This record gives sequence, structure tokens and C-alpha cells, in this order.
Amino acid sequence: MLRKLFHHASSQSDCTKLCCTRIESFGVRAGNLVIFEDVNIHVHCGQLTAIIGPNGAGKSTLLRAILGEVPHTGQLKYTDAKGKHTGSPVIGYVPQYLKFDVSAPITVQDLFAACLSNRPVWLLPVNNRQRILESLRRVKAAELIDRTLGALSGGELQRVLVALALNPMPDLLLLDEPVSGVDQNGLEIFYEILEDLQNNEDMAIILVSHDLNMVARHADQVVLMNKGVVCSGSPEEVFRDRRTRKIFGMLAGDGTRDRGTGFEWLPHRKKSVGEGCSCDCDCGSISKSDAGFGSGDGNIYDVGQEGDGR
Amino acid sequence: MMETIYGILSALPFDWLHYDFMKNALLAVLLITPLFGLLSTMVVSNRMAFFSDSLGHGAFTGLAIGAILGIFSPVQSLLLFSIVFALLITWIKNHSTASTDTIIGVFSSVGIAAGLMMMSYGGSFNKYASYLIGDILSITPEEIGSLAVVLVLVFVTWGILFNRLMIVSINASFARSRGISSTLVEGVFAAMVAVVVAISIQWVGLLIINSLLVLPAAAARNVAASVKQYHLFSVASAMLSGVTGLVAAYYCNMAAGATIVVVSAVIFFLTMAMKKRLSK
Repeated sequence: MLRKLFHHASSQSDCTKLCCTRIESFGVRAGNLVIFEDVNIHVHCGQLTAIIGPNGAGKSTLLRAILGEVPHTGQLKYTDAKGKHTGSPVIGYVPQYLKFDVSAPITVQDLFAACLSNRPVWLLPVNNRQRILESLRRVKAAELIDRTLGALSGGELQRVLVALALNPMPDLLLLDEPVSGVDQNGLEIFYEILEDLQNNEDMAIILVSHDLNMVARHADQVVLMNKGVVCSGSPEEVFRDRRTRKIFGMLAGDGTRDRGTGFEWLPHRKKSVGEGCSCDCDCGSISKSDAGFGSGDGNIYDVGQEGDGR
Repeated sequence: MMETIYGILSALPFDWLHYDFMKNALLAVLLITPLFGLLSTMVVSNRMAFFSDSLGHGAFTGLAIGAILGIFSPVQSLLLFSIVFALLITWIKNHSTASTDTIIGVFSSVGIAAGLMMMSYGGSFNKYASYLIGDILSITPEEIGSLAVVLVLVFVTWGILFNRLMIVSINASFARSRGISSTLVEGVFAAMVAVVVAISIQWVGLLIINSLLVLPAAAARNVAASVKQYHLFSVASAMLSGVTGLVAAYYCNMAAGATIVVVSAVIFFLTMAMKKRLSK
């Protein structure tokens, strides 16, 4: 709890006391096609930053650019807890498991052993089964250790990948959530795990998500992307912005009521009345939300009730 | 050294081991097939069946270039050209937006066509015909020695490389996030396959070498439930079909390489049937 307070306090100050990662003017092109450009995002330890946006907005590519897998412009600047610019943070990455080749006869233990050590898994018996079990236990997946990857459900594979991304414990955790394939139960467990990490670990989390309801409930910062940052800020700010409503117009029409009540279930969330989110992502927008002007106005999320009359 | 091994083999109660050429062939099979068994696990997992096929074609060009230049021995030019060819395909594959299938297809056809063109120059194609079908019965003790060296090298490299290769084969982005350079790992693997193809092509033959890089692991996948089983079954199936195929070829007077491949295919279909029964 203390740690949580500590983290939130840090959001308001500059990057001097706690670790933070600045993504500065990131851009990716494929030939002449701009995938996205001029993306500036600033994330702190202990915070969950959700990236939302329509298909093809460049969300997954942004994660791959942060990983350094895609050539990009701009810089990633990381400052550790001692206020030192240490260059590159340790990054954990959970890709969309749908793109995994799960047809090979590889067990969860094989995958872990291959990732954690150089002992050839095809030849020698594993010597760190206990450590693997502990990692899996944290994501409520210990019973999966001897299953093959192909025998896991979407949610199970996702949790195994989270456990892997936490070994070694990263400074920055990147999660690319698939559009489909995880059932409601799996989704709940996944967000429980994220909450545990937010509260107990010193890491920043960037989550590409398609589940606006979950984002609204769990994110500290939301970035709406569409070939660049359209707007960013607290979930409240972003979801009440008319650009968000425009992009997710269809979704808002369908799921509004759920989303509206979704917020009201959560008394612990700070709410704020802002002017909508800011166009340029910077620390300022986060600080504003974290200052937390308690308004108690639950209606600001009822996007669809107002209709998209603009 | 060879005398001792010959002595042991002669002591075995098999008629077909009576001849020295069969003893040599058996030793060669026992050295080559584990190589194919190991490498095929990742050839299949990485969906590189077509890639390894084109390596054989590239090797053909290497052979022809070597013969024309006359600087290298056939084995040297095979090795050199196959490695360059493999790395080139890997590099272009990672730096082009065209589909991998298409790129490999282009290289494969250029490889075989250029090779045939140069070899047939002046009507001298016949002396290369053995590379098409392969002739394991003509292997010499010195060549068996070099196969043993390659086996040890591949085994050691496999021990160092495999974990990373496996992670890359599952998902390249994930591998990258764990600090693994997929280009490097894929390059080393491609070069390894190229070396094995180059040194065994004259014994196994261009036409069927690729089957040995696909069938053992394809069969093993049907029944394996972990990485260790996958390797064990793949190597075992390769060695079993190697020895069975060699003996069958001896008694029925057929091409050894082709018979080995047919036996591997039989094993593949058997395991497929087993898988169907297991999953019922």
C-alpha cells in the first residue's frame, strides 16, 4: 500500500526519484507508409498504462519498436530509481499468444528451462523445476508445468507468458493482449495478476488492450492511438473525450451501460473532472489525473447515453 | 582404429556385414542419421522444409562452380557455397517483404538451373550424376572419419544453440525480448544445415536428402510430448530407418538412400496412425 502511494506521489514529480521510462517522438514507417509517428509516452513504475485504439492504429508495432525489433525514430530513455540514466531498462514482453507456434511438442517446463538457462533442454534434465513452479504459482498456473503448449487454453498460455516475462523481473513490462481467445474467467485472473504486479513490484506496465471495460477499471493512464497519440490521460479523461467516442463509436453504443456501471463498482478509483484528455502526451496530463479532484460524478463515463451527436 | 571397428563388425552374426563396403556404409549411416535426426526437429518446427530442399539445390551450383574454377575440391566448394547460399537466403528472408516461400522458391530454382547449366557445359554431366542419387556404398574410411568430426561439431553446437533456436521458432518477437538475436541464431542454424547437406549429399543424393531432414521429426512430432521425447524419437527414427533401409537395399539390390527414405516414410505413417489412436 505504501509502495502504491509512493508511486503515485512520484507521478507528480519529475523523473528524479523513481524509475521512469520516456518514449520520445517514436515513429515507424514501412516504406512510405507511416505506421505511426511522433509518439510521446511517459510511464512510471507501479503504473499501468493502457494503449487503446482501432485495428491498425500501430499499437502492437509500438511495443515491438520499444523492444527494438522494428526500426524506429525517436528514443527510449530510462531512469532508474536512483535517478541515474541507465540507458536501457530490462524489458519483459508478453506477445499476442495467438501468433505463437504451439504445434511443437514443447512443455511449459521446456519453454521455461530454455528461457532461464543455457542447459540444453533436449539433452539434460532440468535443474530448476522448483523455481519454475514458483514463477508459475504467481500467475496461478503451477498445475500447467508438464502440459504441452498446444494443450493450453488462450488464457493459460497468456499467464505462462506473463510468468516468463517476469523472469528476470523487468523494469518495463509490455503486454500485447489478443482481441479474442481468452474467456471471462481468464481475463479476470489476468487482471488480478496485473494488479498484484502494480502493487507489489517496482515496474511500469504498458498494456495494449481491446477491452475498454477492463482498461477503465485497472489503468492509471490511457493512451488512445491512431497512427500517433490521439489523446492521453487518466481513463476518465480519455473515455470522456469526444475523439475516443468517435473512434469507438460502435463499441460505445453497445457496451456503454456496462462501462458506466463498471466505474461505479470501483470506489477505490480516483475520479477527476478534467477538460477531456490532452493531445500531447506528457507528464502533465498524468499529474493532473493523479492529483485526483474527487468529484463523485459517475456519469462522465456514460458515453453512449449522450449519443454521438457531434 | 578402423581395423578394430571392422573386427567388431565382422564378429556380428550378419551376412551383409561380410563386405568392407557394407561395413563402411553402416558406419556412415550410423553417423549421418543422428545428424539428420537432430537437425530435422528444428527444420520441421521452423517450417523450413522448403528451405532445406533449396540448400540441396544450391549445393549443386556450388559443386559446378568448384569444378569450373578448379581451385577447390568438390567437398570444399560444396561446403563454401552451401553456407553462403544458406546465409544469403536467411538474410534476404529477413530483409524483404516478399513471402519466404517465394524467396526460397526463386533461390531454389536458380540454384538447380545454374548448377545443371554449368555441369552440362561441354557434355560432361554424367560424372555428376551420382550427386543426384547418392552412393553410400562408395564411402571411404577417411570420409567416415570426417563425418565423425562433423557429428561431434554439430552435437556440440546443438547443445549451445538449441534453447535459443527453440525460443526463436516459437515466436521471434518473444525471443527478441529475451535478448536473443533471431538473425544470428537462424543464421548459425542455416549454416549448420548447409554443412550437413553439403557433406552428405554425395552419399544420400540431392533428390532425397531433404526427406531425411523432414521425415524423422515429422514422425517424432506425432508421438512426442516434450522436447526430450521429440529429439529421442526423431534420432531413433532416423537411425532405425537408416539401418533398416541399408539392409533392405542390400538384399533387394536397390539404391540405399531411396530405401532409407521409404522406410522413414513408413515410420511416419505408422506414428500418424498411432497418434490417431491415442487421440481417440
